[in-house]
Amino acid sequence: MLPFTVAFTALSMLGAFLAPENGLTNLAMLLSVGLVSLGRLPTAWRSGLLAALALALTLLLRLNPDDKLAFYGLLGVLVAAFLLPNLSRLVRIALGVAILFIAVPIAGLTNSFLFELGIQIGIFAALALGLNVVVGQAGLLDLGFAAFFAIGAYTWGIFGSPQAAQFIPGYPSEGLPGNYLYLFMALAVITAAITGVLIGLPALRLRGDYLAIVTLGLGEVVRVFANNLDKPLNITNGPQGITPVNRPEVGPLAEFLRAIGAERLYGRPIDESIAYAFFFYLLVLLVIGIVVLVNIRLANSRFGRAWVAIREDEIAAKAMGIPLLPTKLLAFATGAAFSGAMGAIFAAKQTFVSPESFTLQASINILAFVILGGMGSIGGAVVGAAAVTVLNIGILKDFSDLLNTWRQTGVTILGYNMANLPPQLNPAKYERLVFGLILILMMIFRPEGLIPEQRHRAELQEARQEAKEGGGK
Amino acid sequence: MTVADLFAILPQTLLEGLLLGFVYAMVALGYTMVYGVLGLINFAHSEVFMIGAVIGLEVFRFWGNPESPVIANPFLLLLVALIFAAVGSGIMAVLVERFAYRPLRKRGSKNILVPMITAIGVSFLLQDLTRIYAALRHNEFNMQYRTYDALNQTFELPFQTIIQVKGIIIIVVSILMLIGLTYLVNRTKLGKAIRAVSQDMQTASLMGINPDVIISRTFLIGGSLGGVAGVLFGLLYTNVTPYSGVLPGLKAFTSAVLGGIGNIPGAMVGGLILGQLETLSGTYLPFLTNGNFGTEYKDVFAFLTLVLLLLFRPQGIFGQNVSEKV
Repeated sequence: MLPFTVAFTALSMLGAFLAPENGLTNLAMLLSVGLVSLGRLPTAWRSGLLAALALALTLLLRLNPDDKLAFYGLLGVLVAAFLLPNLSRLVRIALGVAILFIAVPIAGLTNSFLFELGIQIGIFAALALGLNVVVGQAGLLDLGFAAFFAIGAYTWGIFGSPQAAQFIPGYPSEGLPGNYLYLFMALAVITAAITGVLIGLPALRLRGDYLAIVTLGLGEVVRVFANNLDKPLNITNGPQGITPVNRPEVGPLAEFLRAIGAERLYGRPIDESIAYAFFFYLLVLLVIGIVVLVNIRLANSRFGRAWVAIREDEIAAKAMGIPLLPTKLLAFATGAAFSGAMGAIFAAKQTFVSPESFTLQASINILAFVILGGMGSIGGAVVGAAAVTVLNIGILKDFSDLLNTWRQTGVTILGYNMANLPPQLNPAKYERLVFGLILILMMIFRPEGLIPEQRHRAELQEARQEAKEGGGK
Repeated sequence: MTVADLFAILPQTLLEGLLLGFVYAMVALGYTMVYGVLGLINFAHSEVFMIGAVIGLEVFRFWGNPESPVIANPFLLLLVALIFAAVGSGIMAVLVERFAYRPLRKRGSKNILVPMITAIGVSFLLQDLTRIYAALRHNEFNMQYRTYDALNQTFELPFQTIIQVKGIIIIVVSILMLIGLTYLVNRTKLGKAIRAVSQDMQTASLMGINPDVIISRTFLIGGSLGGVAGVLFGLLYTNVTPYSGVLPGLKAFTSAVLGGIGNIPGAMVGGLILGQLETLSGTYLPFLTNGNFGTEYKDVFAFLTLVLLLLFRPQGIFGQNVSEKV
């Protein structure tokens, strides 16, 4: 295994450098990332090869900024570095820092789509982590989770834009300056948590399956209000949404980028758009870091154990003296708080908020992240969000583009002329199909998710064992 | 608008609520029956309903083409559409059960989230498969029911109420279906078996009932009712999209909960109540609030009713309070 992997990795690196524009060489690089991560290798070799691959992929991205495959490879290395067992902590941190703070910014400065992708992944990962507390740890199926995201987004969207002047006399006509965002992130955490408690108070008294439908209904209620509260008082500006939402100042960051000579990488003077992309990338990273940290600490705390106890058996948990409603409310409020903070960032990043972003579809997408990654698993939630986001706004879109090129050039594949392919067949539009398939297939074949929580894995194996022995019904 | 005016439009509102209520009642039966035997909220039922509407629409397109109609009589055409939709939706529901829910049941996982999440997945999958179908056949996913003068003809009833022929059809068909279902569940062997499985699956299987067969039949019956309701819904609102099952489905489920989930007469009554609540709030909210809160809030009204009801009477109107077994 070892000689083969080393040889393959070296060859694919060589190939990639000889022909950086060729799709095949890039695919070979992706394969070697997989081989190094999953093959049976001594830990030292694995760490070394991962580092070498990370370096090679970064250089490749530098050579050819549009090379999305290399970017996915880099993400793969990142995931491997954090999730593989037995790697030393030093290697993990070094690889993580190198990729997140050096490789991605270098590549992002030449192709800002990568920043965009990174920001999206970060926002969704925070939402997934929030829902993970509710669904994964406490076992409460919440189908209206996007509502909390909406609350956070509107908290900043209304006050950080000309919107608030519509219903508050004497309010600054441009809205609060962008730097208030930091304060409003904290406020969004609070308002979202309060909304969580308000929605949870009636909903959480109900049995598990009613909870799902009631949260779904209440999530719709929040969206209906966002959609219609343009009268009697124009609070949300209705379906048109609110724009422009102010963003914090990035002058100092742009200054810093100029000082370290980022202009040479970027190829033109540092302008506002790239500075903002970089700024939001850093901000999202920071928030994700905090959210992950809080999540880990919570999972191992008294509350985390209480949540798991409720998930496993509510009645037994109650008998052990866990107060059901307050503990569940805390899970709801915690999950809501995370997504509230990200909502505020989302509003500022888009400079636009509208009810469109907070539909049932959005709630189900977040659920799909958690399911794919593994319910209750923190690493799983992040990986699930990353995988689905890459699939949704990266791979599916590329596939659509590819189909379009085939259609235009009229290539024949397996005797079928692609020019005859109906233009309605556009994979990027069918995200529900993708999310539906993910949910069904995961539930049937791997209900514990890609990266299962340890406790969950044990439990599912036990159930399977029982079924095999004919003990179950 | 004076108080007298408000009263003047009341009978018409009640009639419209009745039509909507019958559609909800039929869809609610599908939810409640599946919940009865499996204890599962079958989210995919709203898509079975929507597919029924699409099948009906296709029957109208194929055989009711105005240039060379195979079946010229709109009433006969409607009957054919209803039969096709019932069969098609029933089969669709059975397939969903066979390929999505049965594998989970066989594995014997105790986690209640697993089947529910699968159901959501199936619902999403069916929506987009229908969308692909609609895009390929009609170039867009917004589909329109054909209209017929014979079906849209109106009659005047007392109290300035107007009813269309299709309204009468909806009422007649729904009542027939509901009576048929009540007979089937209470008087036939299959009905007895369904009731036995929903009471206790394990004991029922000891009495020589094959639960898998009965569950499959339950999906077939519920799906057929949903398909018929889909065609009636399409007649009523003429516009069908791959996503038009979601909201009616949600409200039908609300009706089932209102009546007490698992309870068949409860689902019928719940549907009728919700139909009235929705049209009443849709009509009167704008007047009562001076146009500040319009018809858009009628869905909010429906959900808040659900929440309040669950808080004060979680077992529904007809449901019995079952204490949880340890």
